[in-house]
Amino acid sequence: MSMNRRSVVKAIAAGGALVGASVLMPRIALAAWSEKAFSAEDQATAMNELLGGSPEASAEVTLKAPDIAENGAVVPVTVRSTLANVESMSIFVENNPTPLVVEFMVPAGTEADVATRLRMGKTSNVTAVVKADGKLYSASKEVKVTIGGCGG
Amino acid sequence: MAKGILKVKAKAAGDKTKVKLMAKHIMETGLRTDKKTGEKIPEMYLKELKVMHGGKEVFAANMGTAVSKNPYFAFNFAGGAKGDELTMTWVESTGKTATETAKIK
Repeated sequence: MSMNRRSVVKAIAAGGALVGASVLMPRIALAAWSEKAFSAEDQATAMNELLGGSPEASAEVTLKAPDIAENGAVVPVTVRSTLANVESMSIFVENNPTPLVVEFMVPAGTEADVATRLRMGKTSNVTAVVKADGKLYSASKEVKVTIGGCGG
Repeated sequence: MAKGILKVKAKAAGDKTKVKLMAKHIMETGLRTDKKTGEKIPEMYLKELKVMHGGKEVFAANMGTAVSKNPYFAFNFAGGAKGDELTMTWVESTGKTATETAKIK
């Protein structure tokens, strides 16, 4: 009985410590995750919250995405930029419930060339925004989504 | 440490390192409903991912729910040699976090 009680107490203590660590650690360890930007329901608001402005279209930003995505759950996208001093690259899908998809930090030494895969609810413009030297540049492309279709 | 969720392929090529990274994760959006019970499936997705090489941050991503299931990222960074170690830290929306390592090949 006494052994039992001891092991229970130990288990509770260990559990408590784990919970404490998981709540505290992320905030210290990583860069800020913008709650407002990620929960914004229209693209302009999301851009403003995340980047503090709206971008101008630039030929130095390349967005590679398919013309037609057969499966909206996995849309491969590549963002590239030939601009100097790129700080971050973000991807927005205008017609998604929350347009901001992802924000990449690009530290010095890392190429401004990132590939990823997105989810798209329906046909929409996909916009890549590159922050370089404190300014915002973008490139857009419309991607048609055929949900559940068997080929486009 | 528990078995990691990250699959990393990092290859040194000349003066840079090419990294392909996939996290095995469902990326539940919180928008889907369970067809049997009609209840919403609570969201559970990866929020943050950071990759370090030699104490320097080489890549980081802040993710929303529109990143596909099993998120995939490919990027290149300058430097890095065969045998070097990359350290990846991820944070889930539930607050769960872990750090994993991988070697550059």
